[in-house]
Amino acid sequence: MIPRYQTVLFVVLLVASAAMGVALWQLRERAHQRLLSSQDSTPTQAPEVAPAEPATIYVANDTDGSLLAQVQQLPLPKDPGARARAVLGKLLDLYAAPDAGHPVPGGATSIAQVFLLPAENLDGATGKEESGGVNSAAQSAADPKQSGPELAVVNLTGAFVAGHPSGIETETLTVMSICGTLHATLPRVTEVRFLVDGQPRATLAGHADLTRIYLATEAMPTEGVR
Amino acid sequence: MGWALAALLAVTGSGGIPGSIDTKAMAQAAPRPVAPAATPAAPGNRFVVVLDAAHGGDDTGGHLNGQSESAFTLAMEVRLRSVLGARGIQVVTTRESDAAVDQVKRAELANHASAQVCLSLHGSESGAGVHLYVSNLAPVQPARFAPWKTAQAAWVTRSLALAGTLNSALLQAGMTVTLGRTPLPGVDSMTCPAVAVELAPERGPDKKVTADLDDQGYQARVAGALAAALVEWRGEAPQP
Repeated sequence: MIPRYQTVLFVVLLVASAAMGVALWQLRERAHQRLLSSQDSTPTQAPEVAPAEPATIYVANDTDGSLLAQVQQLPLPKDPGARARAVLGKLLDLYAAPDAGHPVPGGATSIAQVFLLPAENLDGATGKEESGGVNSAAQSAADPKQSGPELAVVNLTGAFVAGHPSGIETETLTVMSICGTLHATLPRVTEVRFLVDGQPRATLAGHADLTRIYLATEAMPTEGVR
Repeated sequence: MGWALAALLAVTGSGGIPGSIDTKAMAQAAPRPVAPAATPAAPGNRFVVVLDAAHGGDDTGGHLNGQSESAFTLAMEVRLRSVLGARGIQVVTTRESDAAVDQVKRAELANHASAQVCLSLHGSESGAGVHLYVSNLAPVQPARFAPWKTAQAAWVTRSLALAGTLNSALLQAGMTVTLGRTPLPGVDSMTCPAVAVELAPERGPDKKVTADLDDQGYQARVAGALAAALVEWRGEAPQP
């Protein structure tokens, strides 16, 4: 036989639990409404879109082994690294097109990053490498007023390299067109080095040497601009 | 398109196709040393050609219409060696089986042979016709001691002349030829007139393939044109 006082106590506790549950539910609903009301999704400012500007892109052609300069209107960011990545992305998009003269699968996403570093600090010519070369390089790269020659480090994706056609000509043309396009977009870029997924790699697809630093200034073709 | 177009990547720093002729059978017919055999130095008055079949072993190179590039280059090497031998030209090869030979060993073999011509054979599905590539090292005067990685610099002028002779012969045979210069690991260390010969499918004006890499007739025409060029080169080859 359950004592009467225990039955009363049980009923009181049950009612109290139910009341607390209702109170918590109401508090949750109020918090949710408060959260939604704080997110004002009304567009009050138009997104910034960089104005289109002419960019010279050196497009390769496998048939005659040539590089042809094409001027494209592209919205380019102001940051040099993002700018370099944007033009190289456009170049690789052209190569990924179905009717490309230099077909290479991958497209713009094949360029993981482009880093710009002062060229003279890396080869030790100024003797600054031992005194914090990496830091000074990063500072100079971030300084838009820095005016010395720059080394562009192009980090390609592994998928791009794995899908690149093999051959001396086709690999050389890819490297040349990247170097030429970078120099045309950023004239301060005089040297180009390649990484794949952030690591050094011996060749692009068995032929083009990726362990070297390429001189971008000597990759310019003699063809006219179309 | 000319030299100017394909040119010019200077560098710094450290730096069996089913139904075909049978590249497999040709490779099997060849002697099969596991490692490249050491070749004695040729007498100075003999005309020696080094044929370097690119890739080999685990390095299969590209994929050419179902065949590995290493098998294709070996087959072309065997074919070209046969054609040159018939013309009385002594040939030294860097590999005669599907063995891995690193770039240093290839250059060592070529340099020990004191060759008058070094051809590095490649194949590619991209492009058209025959691609002739010469090292893009800047020419220098020959010296008694040369840096290993840039030893070809003293021979670049002769290499360019050799590429010109090869170009003329290939054009005369009706081939499409592309000339270019680029860093060529291995070739850059060779002390002989050296050209990388990359064979691509023959294409018509509409870019359609008219002769693929496994076409025996196409291979024979290329080998014949190269042999004709080397016979001509033999008659005019001074030393640097």
